[in-house]
Amino acid sequence: MFAAGAVALLVALALALARAILGPTVFDRLQAANTVGTVAMLLLAVIGFLTGRPEFLDLALVYGLLNVVGTIAVLKFFRYGDLGEPGDDAERRA
Amino acid sequence: MSTPVDILSWICLVAGGAFCAIGGLGLVRMPDFYTRMHAASVTDTLGAGLMLLGMMLQAGLSLITVKLIMVGLLIFFAGPTATHALAKAALARGLEPLLASEEETSKR
Repeated sequence: MFAAGAVALLVALALALARAILGPTVFDRLQAANTVGTVAMLLLAVIGFLTGRPEFLDLALVYGLLNVVGTIAVLKFFRYGDLGEPGDDAERRA
Repeated sequence: MSTPVDILSWICLVAGGAFCAIGGLGLVRMPDFYTRMHAASVTDTLGAGLMLLGMMLQAGLSLITVKLIMVGLLIFFAGPTATHALAKAALARGLEPLLASEEETSKR
């Protein structure tokens, strides 16, 4: 049964990848990358069950944490063109 | 592992996989960015939730279940945050949502 779940997740992964390649705007690609991250987390968990190695769940947790930080960082980069620059809120307070 | 729990986790895993695939399909087929975001949220909520629930039923009461709950909480909180930031950034960049044309709206 885990194999069926893994196959379904792989299909979702392929479709998200297709959107990342097709996507007309950068935001489409980012949304696809976000979905790929979520599906990869689930796939890691399922592979852990499939091979009987629950350590894969730790990998899934770390991957999820990195995925969020990555998405926010790329968004900030496209908005300000620089990762070191503070956002609007920080400027207003200063 | 007792059989009813096995069947229940089967159903959860297959339904979760189906919802993940449907979300992926929506990501390819939907006409504009904001509707695609809506389709992707199906994968984030129902797909992920059902798959994790199915795996939790398989694992029983153990450390694995705790880790699965952690993964679920991470998706539950981080997914909407990233989606919100993405939608705000797209709106700030001036990406217009696809709306019905003026003539169709005035006919109503």
